Amino acid sequence: MRITRGLALGAAAAFLVLFLVWPVATILGRGLWSDGRPDLAAIGDTLGRPGIPRIIAFTFVQAAVSTVVTVALGLPGAYVLSRYRFRGRALLAAALTVPFVLPTVVVGTAFLALLGPGGPLAALGLVGTLPAILLAHACLNYAVVVRTVGSRWAHLDHHAADAARTLGASRWRTWWRVTLPALRPALVASTMIVFLFSFTSFGVILILGGPRTATIETEIHRVTVQSLDLRTAAVLSIIQMVAVGGAVLAGAALARDAGPAPRWRPRDLDALAVTGSRRFVLAGVLALTAALVGAPLVVLVQRSFATGSGPGLAWYRALGSIGGTGLAETPARALANSLTFAVVATVIAVAVGGAIASGVVARGRPNRTARLLDRAAVLPLGISAVTIGFGYLITLDAPPLALRSSWWIIPIAQALVAIPFVVRTTVPMLRSVDPRLRDAVATLGAPPSRVWRAVDLPALRSALATAAAFAFAISLGEFGATVFIVRPETTTLPVAIFRMLGRPGAANRGTAWAAAAVLMVVTTLAMLAVDRTTTRVRRTR
Amino acid sequence: MTRALRPLAIAAALACAAAALTACSDGGDRADTVTLVTHDSFVISKPVQRAFERATGLELRILRSGDAGAALNQAILTKDRPLGDAFFGVDTTLLSRALEADLFAPYRPADAASIPSDLVIDRTGRLTSVDYGDVCVNYDVAHFAEGEERALPSTLEDLAEPRFAQLLVVENPATSSTGLAFMLASIARFGDRWLDWWSDLRDGGVKVVEGWEQAYNVEFSGSAGKGRYPLVVSYATSPPAEVIYADPRPTTAPTGNLDRTCFRQVETVGVLRNAEHPGAARRLIDFMLTERFQADVPLGMFVYPVRPGTPVPAEFTRYAGRPAEPFTVAPAEIARNRDRWIEQWTATVLR
Repeated sequence: MRITRGLALGAAAAFLVLFLVWPVATILGRGLWSDGRPDLAAIGDTLGRPGIPRIIAFTFVQAAVSTVVTVALGLPGAYVLSRYRFRGRALLAAALTVPFVLPTVVVGTAFLALLGPGGPLAALGLVGTLPAILLAHACLNYAVVVRTVGSRWAHLDHHAADAARTLGASRWRTWWRVTLPALRPALVASTMIVFLFSFTSFGVILILGGPRTATIETEIHRVTVQSLDLRTAAVLSIIQMVAVGGAVLAGAALARDAGPAPRWRPRDLDALAVTGSRRFVLAGVLALTAALVGAPLVVLVQRSFATGSGPGLAWYRALGSIGGTGLAETPARALANSLTFAVVATVIAVAVGGAIASGVVARGRPNRTARLLDRAAVLPLGISAVTIGFGYLITLDAPPLALRSSWWIIPIAQALVAIPFVVRTTVPMLRSVDPRLRDAVATLGAPPSRVWRAVDLPALRSALATAAAFAFAISLGEFGATVFIVRPETTTLPVAIFRMLGRPGAANRGTAWAAAAVLMVVTTLAMLAVDRTTTRVRRTR
Repeated sequence: MTRALRPLAIAAALACAAAALTACSDGGDRADTVTLVTHDSFVISKPVQRAFERATGLELRILRSGDAGAALNQAILTKDRPLGDAFFGVDTTLLSRALEADLFAPYRPADAASIPSDLVIDRTGRLTSVDYGDVCVNYDVAHFAEGEERALPSTLEDLAEPRFAQLLVVENPATSSTGLAFMLASIARFGDRWLDWWSDLRDGGVKVVEGWEQAYNVEFSGSAGKGRYPLVVSYATSPPAEVIYADPRPTTAPTGNLDRTCFRQVETVGVLRNAEHPGAARRLIDFMLTERFQADVPLGMFVYPVRPGTPVPAEFTRYAGRPAEPFTVAPAEIARNRDRWIEQWTATVLR
């Protein structure tokens, strides 16, 4: 057993070193290493450049406010989705995840259509300002809070809360002292992920922000891609990694104080029927979701049917041809590529992330390597996609690792982005399996394999299914790193959408909208399928 | 617990093994292929590509990697082991950077002699001009057709006048090559006083966005976005593009360009130093100067062919005003001052 775990951890570590540490270290080295010595003056030079301190400050402020807004909006959704029993719950859960998995370029552009000139909310004049960015971040990350917190909430043992109420604690006090602490690991995890996403957000800020809302991430991209100023890029990348590392450590510290993990229970044991005042709560959550997630997506779909001569399917028909898109493959073929890569990336992410999670949760004294890996697995979120993409270009360029032009590099890069989610969703759920349950089954005479099947498998399966769903969706929508490594015949749909949006003519734009709508439907169906599978697993127990 | 993870360990090991097995398959190394590294806007129609492949027996692969600046920077970064054999897309604003990085091997195709001398930007015998185009202010015909109050501006000076305030949307030169070209037009026109002109524009409420796509497709009133601004920095060929891509096609162009506000961009191609197939790259460059390829350029990339006498589509002559005297700035001067100019522009217009 120990050897298997060691092997798995070793493989995971090798993967991270090869595809994350080495490429990123190499590109940073190009910027910060001159004449065989570290170039420390670069730090002062960069911070002294006009505009840089403002950019750093703005990045922190927008990330913090985005996180607060997203968590505040997400908690009611998590509650309703995990505790209420109502028709269409699975559909709602899948639908609210759609923006999260769409390419940020598409969501950003959908918000632009909503808030920008000619849009229904143009009068607010939000484009180019912080509120527009906050709204888009809340829309994108709503699912992170709802699903992460909701999944823990659904499995909570509510007897403790009931006991507190019986003993006379007020509703508020019960929530504050019993429910909230029990939710804390999931809350901390989702807060951290939303913060990191907002901190490193790229597509949204580029589209909805203006020239005055530059962040560290957009500036790293600009100085790398436009100026090839690797020195400044390296300093900014390090600042970003330090900030992200700090957030991860703070999150870990907060989660550690959470006390013993609550016992894992099957969900829905005591789901609430929607009656009385719960109707209003449900209606409120549905309205919020419709406004935040539905509105931009409706605009997106509406535009995909709006042809020059009234509503029609012209743009959808165009998906099967190359036309004036400048692509080497049709958008339909790009969708097939996307699906293939997403499957491979999911397998890689679940394998590597699962190995790390297993090491982290291993019984007995937590392994130091495992804990290091746990932290390191979150780092891809803090590393600019352009850094990873450019790093691949200059490291994976010679045998035996001439992967730079092979299609494998695409799912590998996408898996890196997804691994943090796999680790983050798997660890808390694995931790919550009560070891006594295992002992009880064993005492009753079950052989180890039976114990595993009866106790570990259900928890693991549910955790890995959720993790796999997120990994699949993230891979499907990944854009920032993919755009640097796709080859003509391996173009993915998000990259194709971005390229079509950048070309002139209503036909290209219309086809891009249609492709985005198709991607949206495919993603929703994938999420629904996963939800179905996990539900069936629960039922057959 | 540990047993639960055995399948994971196996899967992880398999994934690593699979990655290692495919590691040797760096595609496109076959002797009968030629790889062209270029930017996202490069287009070659299928029949023309097939004509090249039939004539030479080579398979053409095209690697697009971002806009022109991004593609060039990636080529510079990977110059020891280039991603392909030839690079297309070094334009006037990027020429000096490419030459300083020593990215290209010398090559001068036989047909290069016929290129008009004002379209030759590299005199070192490395880069061959293929096409040219102009960045110009476009206007919304419908907006300026209504009422006499709405006279059309014609020069850069006009744009800074109070009566044309709040009408123009431009791209940030720090993030957009279109914006950079327009900034260079102002430097060519006003010399040392160029920042004064920009502060007049700023006081007049010029709208600045990050990229061409947002400026043209969202903020500009003359295109699909139906935005608020009837003047936009775009291309001289955007008006014919509006007609050609429209369905149904209108009989008159919905937009036009101000042909005294233009900056000329010439695009070039060259053989990458350290290329695996330099001979194939040279044959590709030869092909890019043939009439077959040159005639394909206008409708593919919406630029003009450099080869004299190449036919141009009727829409181009009908709807695209051809600037008689576009502004230019010497590539060496651009390379020397670019970053400083952008910082000055940012300080004047955005802060």
